[in-house]
Amino acid sequence: MKHLADTIVALSTPQGEGAIGVVRLSGPEAIAICDDVFFGKKLVNQPTHTAHFGTIKNEQGHIIDEVLVTLFKNPKSYTGEDVCEISCHGSSYIIQQVLQLLVRKGARTAQPGEFTLRAFLNGKMDLSQAEAVADLIASESASSHAIAMKQMRGGITNEISKLRQELIDFAALIELELDFGEEDVEFADRDKLKQLILKIHSYIKNLMSSFDLGNAIKEGINTVIAGRPNAGKSTLLNAMLNEERAIVSEIAGTTRDTIEETLNINGVTFRLIDTAGIRDASDKIEAIGVEKALEKIKQSTLLVYVFDRTDMNSDHVWNDIKKLVHDGLNIILVGNKTDAYFELSDYERTELSQGQRGQDRNVDWEYIETKYPIIHIAAKNHDNVKALKDALYHAVLDGKLNLDSTIVSNVRHYDALQGAYASLQQALDNLSMGISGDFVAMDIRHALQYLGEITGEISTDDLLDSIFSRFCIGK
Amino acid sequence: MFPEYDVIVVGAGHAGCEAAVAAANMGSKVLLATMNMNTIAQMSCNPAMGGVAKGQIVREIDALGGYSGIVTDHTMIQFRLLNKSKGPAMWSPRAQSDRMLFAGKWREMLEAHPNIDFWQEMVTGIIVKDGMAKGVHTGLGLEIASKTVILTNGTFLNGLIHIGDKQFGGGRAGEKAATGITAQLESLGFESGRMKTGTPPRVDGRSLDWDKMEIQPGDEEPGKFSFTDTPRLAKQRPCHITYTNSKVHEILKGGFDRSPLFNGRIRGLGPRYCPSIEDKIDRFADKDRHQLFVEPEGWNTVEIYVNGFSSSLPEEVQYKAMRLIPGFEEAKMFRPGYAIEYDFFPPTQLKLNLETHLVKNLFFAGQINGTTGYEEAGSQGLMAGINAHLKIKEEEPFILKRSDSYIGVLIDDLVNKGTKEPYRMFTSRAEYRILLRQDNADLRLTPLAKGLGMDYLDERMSRVEEKNRKILEVQQFIRNMSVSKDDMNGYLERKGSAPLRQGMKLEKILLRPGINLDELSEVLPDLKAFLDQQDPEFVTSAEIGMKYEGYIRKERDMVEKMNRLESVRLHDTFDYESLTALSAEAREKLTQMKPMTIGQASRISGVSPSDISVLLVHLGR
Repeated sequence: MKHLADTIVALSTPQGEGAIGVVRLSGPEAIAICDDVFFGKKLVNQPTHTAHFGTIKNEQGHIIDEVLVTLFKNPKSYTGEDVCEISCHGSSYIIQQVLQLLVRKGARTAQPGEFTLRAFLNGKMDLSQAEAVADLIASESASSHAIAMKQMRGGITNEISKLRQELIDFAALIELELDFGEEDVEFADRDKLKQLILKIHSYIKNLMSSFDLGNAIKEGINTVIAGRPNAGKSTLLNAMLNEERAIVSEIAGTTRDTIEETLNINGVTFRLIDTAGIRDASDKIEAIGVEKALEKIKQSTLLVYVFDRTDMNSDHVWNDIKKLVHDGLNIILVGNKTDAYFELSDYERTELSQGQRGQDRNVDWEYIETKYPIIHIAAKNHDNVKALKDALYHAVLDGKLNLDSTIVSNVRHYDALQGAYASLQQALDNLSMGISGDFVAMDIRHALQYLGEITGEISTDDLLDSIFSRFCIGK
Repeated sequence: MFPEYDVIVVGAGHAGCEAAVAAANMGSKVLLATMNMNTIAQMSCNPAMGGVAKGQIVREIDALGGYSGIVTDHTMIQFRLLNKSKGPAMWSPRAQSDRMLFAGKWREMLEAHPNIDFWQEMVTGIIVKDGMAKGVHTGLGLEIASKTVILTNGTFLNGLIHIGDKQFGGGRAGEKAATGITAQLESLGFESGRMKTGTPPRVDGRSLDWDKMEIQPGDEEPGKFSFTDTPRLAKQRPCHITYTNSKVHEILKGGFDRSPLFNGRIRGLGPRYCPSIEDKIDRFADKDRHQLFVEPEGWNTVEIYVNGFSSSLPEEVQYKAMRLIPGFEEAKMFRPGYAIEYDFFPPTQLKLNLETHLVKNLFFAGQINGTTGYEEAGSQGLMAGINAHLKIKEEEPFILKRSDSYIGVLIDDLVNKGTKEPYRMFTSRAEYRILLRQDNADLRLTPLAKGLGMDYLDERMSRVEEKNRKILEVQQFIRNMSVSKDDMNGYLERKGSAPLRQGMKLEKILLRPGINLDELSEVLPDLKAFLDQQDPEFVTSAEIGMKYEGYIRKERDMVEKMNRLESVRLHDTFDYESLTALSAEAREKLTQMKPMTIGQASRISGVSPSDISVLLVHLGR
């Protein structure tokens, strides 16, 4: 049995030095414990949703910090309990002192996810909303934040509930002919039933296809930068990162052996992954290098292929691309060193385009452009880097990113949708083959069961486990 | 005058009879108390057993050692397997019975049981001491002692019959109502309610013109209900179908002002799916005709039951309207239809073993729980009888799961959800229909009943073992058999199924939609020779098991998932009131109904999914 009777405490802002740190207390004794250490107004006499300035003193009467305490009285708080949020200065030392003091005064250190667990237990949110909180905390960009916010407000729950109702209504039509087959009633027209299922079926498909996008937005869009050694990749990378230096962070990959850079374009996170595998293309592409590059590219949504305009003609580029392409990969070609290219003489340009090494021309630039966008830049001077960023954004998100629509970003939801989708496909097949309604009804029930898993209509242990183990301490 | 009985069963309808034999077969000493020994096991309404979902229940009763299936097999005059064109989960046996033979056979079987005594008198109250049932009071002022009491009063508790303006007390046409029990139970704190049901007129078959109706014969190869060695029908009597028309409806409408249904005299709620003819006309005004089934009441009687014409309109309105129905122009009436109101006790006051929460060792079964139908009543009687015996022996209650049986669904629904209108079983009430088939009721349930120590199930049990063995044998034969394209392609072409390009395992062909063993054996002499040696019932089960294996497996997986919640126990002492996280309604319902498991809690109306999540989290799951 978990004890809601305890008052719990934890740091709600990230660990480490920051301008301020917020220590949150929740539970029946939250205000009393806070009053015990806070010197200012008597909090218990203050109305909810008010902030109070004062000092925190330890048992010896020494001031630990000057703080601002914000008061939320039950049930109008995040957890539905009495909550005090103490904003102190962000030093680790101060925060540790405050936390230890509060624990000595009777609070218990919160378990991971315990604040949200309490919010759930006190009926402040349903399961999928609780899941969204975890996503919200982990969100790194405006878009992933928006998706999580929408879900927390009940977005996907509402959508799924609507679908469930439609399916239940449908099932009722089928059940009628099963239980009352002997009686003189008119049964639903099979074609109409099919139309109805098709509608729901394609709706679920849309939700599912939003997953790739949703997941990409949540996790960041994996973008591989590939090209030959002297194509100017590093310069390009720096050029792109320079403009956004303030929000660039380095993430040392834990499972990968490469360094990733993240880049935020219009609120969407791109994870730029460097590959250095492609060697001189006039020779054969080195097997291991390609393998490595291909591996990275396989896990990516986007490939930025950089080439030196003064060194490669359309055939070279085409031959390289052919080796890298796979289904669902968006490719952007970046012709670098445009400035140097224009300094070439006419003779040099003609020689380049005809093939420096005497190859026959097969593919011209016009043809390539019908397949992939080509951006010409001069990375060294930052010329046209903005155009490349726009191209990155549009390549992935054009027309797809509408944050008013529901976007699935949770693997558990996606799996459930997939199950429902397969069951409905079976229902459609059975309807088409004229198979008895009891099987169609069974398919529909299976679909309903899957959808129920999203809204928590069928609570299984793993579901709860998986949800509540994902929270970090403090929320 | 009386010994102390283990079980007193009050009422000898379908629930009472099954309750008596179940307890007696378990080894209890039983007294069956009825107001009239001449009306034991009456079919008060239509003379038929089974039907969609109900037929499955009769098979389940039989698999558990009840007698309804045996009695029906001995006394039926027609058999049909309904829904044959649908999947095997929907196949539902239904029989027309000879009403008098049916009651006679039941009485014969009850009388043959040494553990059953009889007493003809009205029971007016329960002896309750220290919150426990100790016997019954009778109209003569007698006290009969017992360890447990099972109430199966049917429509008799304060029964009130309506025909037009007329109303009079009665439990059935020509029989008086039972009084006293409702008032006593209310004084003990029970909540009671009122329900309504109805029955159509009976007519003289000699006065009908059969040529004007469609004939509805029985199956060419009639089946049966019992898994035991009961006789199979050799000849059958047909039913007939006719229709009302707008003229009939006009006459009936003319009597609406005197209808107790419409003028507010009947307050009890009737079943939506078994409406009176006036209800149908009123609610489906756009339909200009309604179907009627004209059913014989037995082999040697001219009495006819007009199924679909249930009515409580004045008798002369019923008579005038009826004579406008094709075939009924010269009809003579034996008795008019009527409506009856009676007391029931919302079944949410029961535990899953059908014992009341309020009074220990007191069990309810049948219409007193708000159900309708002989099959629903009989199955509850059986379960109450078994559980009364187990209670005396201080053994664990016998509770069937929703994934075991329709009986499990029925009782689980009643106890957890309650019912506002008379509860009838439908296949759609069951989550796992494909598992709850009529062909496998014995495989599902007989081992469970045998596990209770019912030795008289030995015969059924050895047949179950043989059936399991034979099913595997048949399936093995089919798995091993290969067929050539020359053997198959003619048949496949006729069925519109893709022809073979090379030989194939027979199993693969069987899996195709529209293909069945029966037809396959017509083109495959080897198969036919093998199958002809087998019990056709075993072959059917073997075929279903193979052909629908995918669905069966999927449903089993779902059951397993659900059973995880079923295995999370909740104790009677669990303090729901302290869980402020639960909704107020959930707290109240859970406190009142004390579910045994999380699974059961999840089905209680008013308990939402988030309440269940809260419980799970609290249990530390």
